[in-house]
Amino acid sequence: MTSPADLSLVGREFSPEEAQFNDLIAEDSRIEPRDWMPDAYRKTLIRQISQHAHSEIIGMQPESNWISRAPSLKRKAILIAKVQDEAGHGLYLYSAAQTLGISREEMTDQLLEGKAKYSSIFNYTTPTWADMGSIGWLVDGAAIANQVPLCRASYGPYGRAMVRICKEESFHQRQGFEILLELMQGTEEQRRMAQESVNRWYWPALMMFGPPDDESPNSTQSMAWKIKRFSNDELRQRFVGMLVPQAEVLGVTLPDPNLKWNEEKQAYDMSEIDWDEFHEVIAGRGPANAERMRRRREAHENGAWVREAAAAYARKQAA
Amino acid sequence: MMSTPGETGTEAWPLWEVFVRANRGLSHVHVGSLHAPDADMAVRNARDLYTRRNEGVSIWVVPADAITTSDPDAKGAFFESPAGKNYRHAVYYTKSEGVKHL
Repeated sequence: MTSPADLSLVGREFSPEEAQFNDLIAEDSRIEPRDWMPDAYRKTLIRQISQHAHSEIIGMQPESNWISRAPSLKRKAILIAKVQDEAGHGLYLYSAAQTLGISREEMTDQLLEGKAKYSSIFNYTTPTWADMGSIGWLVDGAAIANQVPLCRASYGPYGRAMVRICKEESFHQRQGFEILLELMQGTEEQRRMAQESVNRWYWPALMMFGPPDDESPNSTQSMAWKIKRFSNDELRQRFVGMLVPQAEVLGVTLPDPNLKWNEEKQAYDMSEIDWDEFHEVIAGRGPANAERMRRRREAHENGAWVREAAAAYARKQAA
Repeated sequence: MMSTPGETGTEAWPLWEVFVRANRGLSHVHVGSLHAPDADMAVRNARDLYTRRNEGVSIWVVPADAITTSDPDAKGAFFESPAGKNYRHAVYYTKSEGVKHL
């Protein structure tokens, strides 16, 4: 008999369905929607996938801010395509969450009522064009580092949604890198704009991996369930390792005076993250929390007549 | 018997399952689901959601509640019939090993 994937079962006999669930997890197979699963597994997934979906939807806002002011038609077209991708990612994820028994409307309501969270990175503002570069390079870069292992998440529909998302994200990161590279090859003022933007986004991007491992109480269970494959700190460390050579190509400085290769650890030493800031933003007191929610609610209300009219038209056609 | 996972019948717009044919000569393959008020809108939404990068040349949409699935709890019994019938596979016949074009 395999050891139980659900840690609350350690030390007792399992029912046949619990045993089957544990075996599927142990053999790295996938759990599919109609399989039996522990309630806590279902709840964890609903929370994680819907938060992820909300993040994609709210995540359209900081960038849509620059669509009308992109510096060229090419950049405008790219930015529109990217924001459209984020909407698509939100929809893939809402669909995946729905297979667990929650309706789209319930999830939307949870977001609008402020009961559901979304990634706190989207509560930062985008005052300059260079922020489009930093979001692509750092924010989407961190998202990719987080999401690639999720393609192997034990819940089938989540993993499949993540495969589609990861394929599309790599364009996002490269276009951001290119924006920064062009600025860094420009005038003194443009280089300064790029560097200031990297200074703004570097630490918030590292916070995207979540609290340090010893303060991340749900991680152990999520890893036993094989929803999560690597710890927050492992992924953060891996990401920093990728950024350092990329920053050299760009010619930007990563804003951490203590960032240094540690031969012994075979990893980078870095400064302590300002976790107070992280907790403040999560608690709703970030630079743009209120603005993001206000716009999301407004968009939902303004779209109500479209949703109702389309449903009424469909009913009339069917009658 | 039941419809596909995710269909609740309680939402303003029903759920549709989407199938995309990647290229001529291939079958339509399930790619995911979406909400839409009617079939026309479902096809348009599917184009925008699932074929933004030339992923397909043809799309099918099916209302999720029109699909009947096998009972997931009966999977053992329901799919039992092929078990023990390995003579249905070519590898069962080993005496012809080494003989060409067989």
